[in-house]
Amino acid sequence: MNAMDPADTFRQEAKDLLDALEQALLDLEQNNDSQQLVDSAFRALHTLKGSGAMFGFDEVSDFVHEFETTFDHVRKGKAQTSPALIAVALKARDHVEKLINEPGIHAAAGEPILAALRQVVDAAGAAEATHASAGDRQPASNMPAAAAPGDGPAWRIVFRLPPDALAFGTNPSLLLDELRELGHCTVTALTDHLPPLDVMEPTRSYLGWEVVLVGECDRETIEDVFMFLRDGMDLTIERMDAAPSVETGAAHAASDRAAPEPAPKLAAPEPEPAAPPAQAGPTQARRPDTTQEAAAGAAERAGTSLRVAAERLDELMDRVGELVIAQSRLSQIADASGDLNLKAVAEELQRLASGLRDTTMSIRMVPIGSLFGRFRRMVHDLSRDLDKEVEFVTSGEETELDKTVVEKLADPLVHIIRNSIDHGLETAADRAAKGKSDKGTVRLSAVHAGAEVAISITDNGRGLDAQRIRAKAEEVGLLAPEAKVTEQELYQLLFHPGFSTAREVTALSGRGVGMDVVKRTIEGLRGSIDISSVPGKGTTVTLRLPLTLAIIEGMLVRVGNGRYTIPLSAVEECVELPRDLQQRTSDRHFLNIRGSLVPFLNLRELFKVKVPPDLYQKVVIVSSGESRVGLVVDQILGNNQTVIKSLSKLHSNIEGLSGATILGDGTVALILDVGQLLTFGQAFEEQVRKGRAA
Amino acid sequence: MSKTILTIDDSPSVRQMVSMTLTSAGYTVLEASGGAEGYDKAIATHVDAILTDLNMPGMNGLDFIRKYRTHPSSAGIPIVFLTTESDDALKRQAKEAGATGWIVKPFKQDQLVAIVKKVAGQ
Repeated sequence: MNAMDPADTFRQEAKDLLDALEQALLDLEQNNDSQQLVDSAFRALHTLKGSGAMFGFDEVSDFVHEFETTFDHVRKGKAQTSPALIAVALKARDHVEKLINEPGIHAAAGEPILAALRQVVDAAGAAEATHASAGDRQPASNMPAAAAPGDGPAWRIVFRLPPDALAFGTNPSLLLDELRELGHCTVTALTDHLPPLDVMEPTRSYLGWEVVLVGECDRETIEDVFMFLRDGMDLTIERMDAAPSVETGAAHAASDRAAPEPAPKLAAPEPEPAAPPAQAGPTQARRPDTTQEAAAGAAERAGTSLRVAAERLDELMDRVGELVIAQSRLSQIADASGDLNLKAVAEELQRLASGLRDTTMSIRMVPIGSLFGRFRRMVHDLSRDLDKEVEFVTSGEETELDKTVVEKLADPLVHIIRNSIDHGLETAADRAAKGKSDKGTVRLSAVHAGAEVAISITDNGRGLDAQRIRAKAEEVGLLAPEAKVTEQELYQLLFHPGFSTAREVTALSGRGVGMDVVKRTIEGLRGSIDISSVPGKGTTVTLRLPLTLAIIEGMLVRVGNGRYTIPLSAVEECVELPRDLQQRTSDRHFLNIRGSLVPFLNLRELFKVKVPPDLYQKVVIVSSGESRVGLVVDQILGNNQTVIKSLSKLHSNIEGLSGATILGDGTVALILDVGQLLTFGQAFEEQVRKGRAA
Repeated sequence: MSKTILTIDDSPSVRQMVSMTLTSAGYTVLEASGGAEGYDKAIATHVDAILTDLNMPGMNGLDFIRKYRTHPSSAGIPIVFLTTESDDALKRQAKEAGATGWIVKPFKQDQLVAIVKKVAGQ
């Protein structure tokens, strides 16, 4: 894979930042005086502006600059956050996203948003001023003055070594180690004195360090760390939770230099002339802390995780797949040869390959929480648009799923959550009439269940109306009027294309487009979808998905000379095909399995196999949800671990096949698409029924 | 690997005390009885730090530091000098010559270890 375009890297980074901004804004709505959240929103804006300018996204950086400037009033406590402010800020955030994704066409739309933002912030600021003059409370941002979490006072230490210190044996990392022994340190290197490379002398010390130290220690203890260096170095030690006082005394008083060079820019917090005196203290004390935190966060991330292009992971998985295949060939050869040494190597390789496969698969696993985060915004907007108060609760964010599965889940979940809020939850008035709490709840949760992950979306709304579903199904001809169906079967009809019981079509849902797509997507992921509902209490939609898509347990079968793999999870049972059914007769395509009729498909016919059939043919019964179909094969060869390879573009549309795999002996086996085969089976069943009726 | 400390002192008892203290703290110790011998040892072998007395017959400590700092291999090697009096002028001279730190005699063993650890690491 080629190196990524820096602009792509920026887009990726911007996406994360916009997500962080959105989360912070939404959290702020809940908790509107958290300075930490304001800071984190501000940080995201600030980074966006900087990176945007660096990668040539000038529109973005200009807009974000204005956004940031306005938002700075909030950060400084001059304006309180309010739902109105959050709403406009979210709009501005969306605008940034547009500017990034479709540069050059949205720039003009920015100004009204900024104007609205300014207006809201000014209004909030005016309200704040009234509050302050009335003296009833302090602005929220004035409260958390303490600079850093932890025990003991916080010290801000800025130091630069004498130029010859390195040559003369002072090791700055040992000094930093000593400081770390005194308490928790956040260290930032100051590189502003670094000269251009051609005049840099490698033995001279150009760097400075800014350390925020939190610990039970006094000034003397800190000064002692620098005992050998005090004269000749720049050292600033200040307590962060006290009013800032520029103290370079320790260094400069002891220094006998006639004119000490001006203190480095960073050592002296610049006063903010615009801010009223009462506010100057905390604001300044906080600032180093935010930069430190950001630096520490970045350092931590760099140390613990690595961003890798998804294609590379796919490539790795492919290679591992090939390795597993090669290894199983080797095992076969080793077994056949009877050479003990070769067998030992083959076994060792098998162990290593399976370890490598497991590790590679685990790399592809991502927590589903990243996906859940997106829905908060949607719920927020929906709740506003529909005027329904909704509490959105998520759990199991840490549950891991294959990356591809997580990505493909986004759209189905959007549909289901929309449905829950739009159709499931009642309006506040209806809820009150039923004696329910005003606020509806939508709960999104994920849990591991064996080799599957179950994701459920539960609302405490009105529940499904079985009678209406039935009436509608009969109306559109999905159900015969006298047909007996279970509740579960009835609910499954909701996934039928074109089925919708919503009385009125809203902009959001109710057009009957979606649930069938949802079902198809989930089944494409080899998952299943179930609905349960209690009238008046609410509805739960449960999605069950396999942990990974890359490797499945398969059942290997033979049809003619070709070999096929059936996903084992879909296999229910295997039976022998009765002799009388083997002769192809047009009206007998059902199998009696313990009293129930199961349609069967003859794979020989489907795949147009010319080779004569085996004497005793077998039927593999596969199922998904409620429906079953039998697949007639010549021979069942056994179970195998199957590394799924996608089919080429040319072959990917062939019905009934979902992929291919390479077997231990190097030959190819095609993987049957159970979902599609079931559809064939049903279509066939219906055709037969209609034929009979006619 | 333990760090190597070179101690330069004309007094055998001080050298012995330094040697015993630092050895038991996990350092490897080389000894030299004067500036000239110290210089030869310092450039002939790898040392992690040097501990030198200032008042010595022959090449004194200050001369040793000045001469050693002209040698390229001295870059980054910490030098701690031992001094009986906390004479600021002498201290400044030694620092200007290229010393890293100092320790005032008489000193306790743990002080010595702390200083060596401070300049050379564990």
